[in-house]
Amino acid sequence: MAKKRGRGMASVNYPTGMNLGGDPSQALVHATTTGSFIVTLSSVDLGQGLKTVMAQICAETLGVSTDNVIIDTADTDTGPHCMGTFASRGTHRIGNAIIMAAKEAKSVMLEVAAEELEVDSGDLETDGKGNIQVKGSPQKSISVLNTALAAHFKHGKMISGRGIFLQPRSYPEPETGKMTPATCYAHACTVAEVEVDTETGEVTVLALKSAYEVGRALNPRMVEQQIIGGAWMGLSHALYETTEPYYPDRSHGPVDFNQYLMPGPGDLPRFENVIIERPAPDGPFGAKGVGEMTANSPIPAIANAIFDAVGVRVDSLPITPEKVLRGIQALNG
Amino acid sequence: MTKVAVQFTLNGQEQSEFIEGGSTLLAALRGKLGLYSTKAGCHQGTCGACTVIIDGEPRLSCLTLAERCTGKEVTTLEGLTSNGALHPLQQAFMEGFAAQCGFCTPGMILAAKTLLDRNPSPSRDDVIDAISGNICRCTGYEPIISAVLTAAEQLRGKKKNA
Amino acid sequence: MEYRKEYFSDARREDLTEVGVTRQRSDVLGHVTGKTQYYADRTFPGLLHLKMVRSPHHHARIKSIDISKALKVPGVVRILSAKDVPQNIYTILCLIQVEPNDEPVLAFDKVRYKGEQIAAVLAESEQAALAGVAKVKVAYEELPAVFDVEEALKPGAPLVNEYHGRNWFTYEGHHCRRVRFGNVEEGFAEADHVIEEMYQSSPIEHAPTETTGCIVVPDQNERYACYSNTQALYFTLDNSALILNSPFHKLRLIGGTVGGGFGGKVDVITEPIAFLSAMLTRRPVKYEYTREEEMQVSSPRAAERIYIKDGVTKDGRILARKVRLYVDAGAYSRHSPYGTTKAAAHMPGPYTIPHVWVDCHCVYTNRTPSSAMRGFGVTIGDFALEVQMDKLARLVGMDPMEFRILNAYRDGDMKAHRKEVQGAALVECVKAAADLAHWPIGERYKAMSSEKREA
Repeated sequence: MAKKRGRGMASVNYPTGMNLGGDPSQALVHATTTGSFIVTLSSVDLGQGLKTVMAQICAETLGVSTDNVIIDTADTDTGPHCMGTFASRGTHRIGNAIIMAAKEAKSVMLEVAAEELEVDSGDLETDGKGNIQVKGSPQKSISVLNTALAAHFKHGKMISGRGIFLQPRSYPEPETGKMTPATCYAHACTVAEVEVDTETGEVTVLALKSAYEVGRALNPRMVEQQIIGGAWMGLSHALYETTEPYYPDRSHGPVDFNQYLMPGPGDLPRFENVIIERPAPDGPFGAKGVGEMTANSPIPAIANAIFDAVGVRVDSLPITPEKVLRGIQALNG
Repeated sequence: MTKVAVQFTLNGQEQSEFIEGGSTLLAALRGKLGLYSTKAGCHQGTCGACTVIIDGEPRLSCLTLAERCTGKEVTTLEGLTSNGALHPLQQAFMEGFAAQCGFCTPGMILAAKTLLDRNPSPSRDDVIDAISGNICRCTGYEPIISAVLTAAEQLRGKKKNA
Repeated sequence: MEYRKEYFSDARREDLTEVGVTRQRSDVLGHVTGKTQYYADRTFPGLLHLKMVRSPHHHARIKSIDISKALKVPGVVRILSAKDVPQNIYTILCLIQVEPNDEPVLAFDKVRYKGEQIAAVLAESEQAALAGVAKVKVAYEELPAVFDVEEALKPGAPLVNEYHGRNWFTYEGHHCRRVRFGNVEEGFAEADHVIEEMYQSSPIEHAPTETTGCIVVPDQNERYACYSNTQALYFTLDNSALILNSPFHKLRLIGGTVGGGFGGKVDVITEPIAFLSAMLTRRPVKYEYTREEEMQVSSPRAAERIYIKDGVTKDGRILARKVRLYVDAGAYSRHSPYGTTKAAAHMPGPYTIPHVWVDCHCVYTNRTPSSAMRGFGVTIGDFALEVQMDKLARLVGMDPMEFRILNAYRDGDMKAHRKEVQGAALVECVKAAADLAHWPIGERYKAMSSEKREA
């Protein structure tokens, strides 16, 4: 009877967006009379925080504060088409659509400000704090609020914009599989440290240490939410979850959370993470999708760590204590 | 189905209702009383999303008969803010990025509150024990544990300064 | 969480103010005060509850459906079966030309998995609806069922899905999605070691804290608004309209706030029948999955069986990789034909291997149809690939980290699906993880980078 420790690693990549493309999203941006901005979408927030990061992307493009941007989603009567939230596509596809729309809105905004200030719109810049000023002469400025009022009531101009992002669909060649699955990929490498109880087969994951390459972390703490939540789900897949414990036999399928097991707060490893950014040329400010990848590298890392600890290979998921124990017993002859 | 009269205190207010006999507290809160913060995750008592506080204890409202609440004090998440000020748990969850989809959050916060109400200096293990009946599928629990410990610290600080 | 900013530093602009910084989530105040509104956080007077009659058998012919006793249950308002569905075809990828149509909205002649939808009971209360479901009498003739993917592919196996006429999805005349790059037999011949291993997963459920569901409400103008937790509003709208034979503009999808998705809410499973119910009764209708339904009836992540045969040199270079992968699609296609292609596109992993051969099969069996889940087409493949890489590293006596770095793809390398690698960063991730975990790697490997292959 002993507790044996081991460590294992795994490295992976993950494509951004729907496989083979063909998944468009659209966005509409408009300024209110008083210079707040509304982004109208039909996109869905699953909890990953899409509504927040989209506001940030719009704000960065417009040159205003994120607090000044409201995301209006989702209603098919008002929101333009969005393919949906899946395939780690949200930030990339919807973000790019918003950038396009915000750029159009910004150009009108600067045109109006230019007329008000009697300068050329090319001489203007936003200060990120609600003002539009002449480059090099910041004292010559007009607030975004006043610009919006002027646009609405004096100039009869719409500070608004439309955007769409579509990765054209690729079709695989049937014989060779030549295809374009995606235009950018995120990367990850996880080291798992485990302790295996040789008497019960139970595996405790002591630590998950990972490096993630995400293109650009647009909201670092929200990226961290995906990393930790994803790592937990990966651990859960590796050691706990199945709807068919005797697959391919369908008996004893769980119907509640007493039977469908997932790790609880008492089963957490230590999480240590680092971020690397290699911007995607076609990502919004270089961002790639990360929501799915974060659950993937922990699974084989844990499997490899178990081998390192007790010399047992379990090549099927989930790696239950029963399977580990049988492996240990087989090794001992 | 006969109706039954139930009189209880809900979030500090006296509540008198006629509810369907045999209906759950969860159904009464969401249906009759229009309070939607208490969530229905499983109706089986295994996920904790329906957690409310009854007489200081965390209880699964999907397994609690509404009529058994007569004379009791029931608290839902709506009852946590006093005069618009957030409870330190709510503040800590926000600042600690301890919610993603938010569906487990009401039950989670209430379960944590019952811990802090009886134990102002919980250890990490105490927190884990208190929230072990609440499933979260998004966060991986770590930020939730941190938020509860942060809130405990805040509350101890407030008490000291009071 | 630390940044390793020294990697790719020349590729980043550092003048951003709104992105690249942590900002408080716009929804979290609603979450912690309980004000965030999910689809079910609404009441509608006259709401009807929908409960579904489901097949208890894995595979059976339907001889008859008798709803007469069920209609007499107090509170039961209406019961819908296949004949009530205007276009009883539920092939959700028909919009992107995935054919043939192979799934009904409500079963009529056959059921192909335990839990398949047969009749929808609409009632004034959940209890009445459940009582109605219990009183619907369906007569079945049980059929032999097949549960194993390789068994299902053998001649003589019970035919699961007549629409395909065979137990696999056909990819442009092929029985699987193929990738052929180089010549694997040459690679195996040249290799010093050849190993073949098998990996297996079982279905995995999304288990969001909020179950799948929707409420459809008729409005005053002959339009129908559906409050749903779908992950894709327009996808849901378009598929529903096709099923209902309805002009698209009559339907409205409202949503955007979901209590966990993970790919489990892209199946458009509750909305079409809820729309139909609202149209036929002119009342609001709620169709919410119970937790039992969410666990065993809603689509899971597909079980996969993966055979990987690799040829490796004694100095650790992988020369050839041959992958046979079987996706257990369950009884119907749903998103599996797409996911199986994605699995093929993902092979052989982020490594440069001169000879690659991949066959990915989308196989039908008599179980709950599988569908998209976080990491669709990739998660299980990564499990198989990375355990295999560990085995290979140990076989040639190399450190697992160094083995990855050696074989990792670099910018400009050619992938098996004939696209040039761009934006690679695997080497840097491995190095950074090794550093973080105090896992020593040799100087030769520390000097390597994704941007060019060393001599």
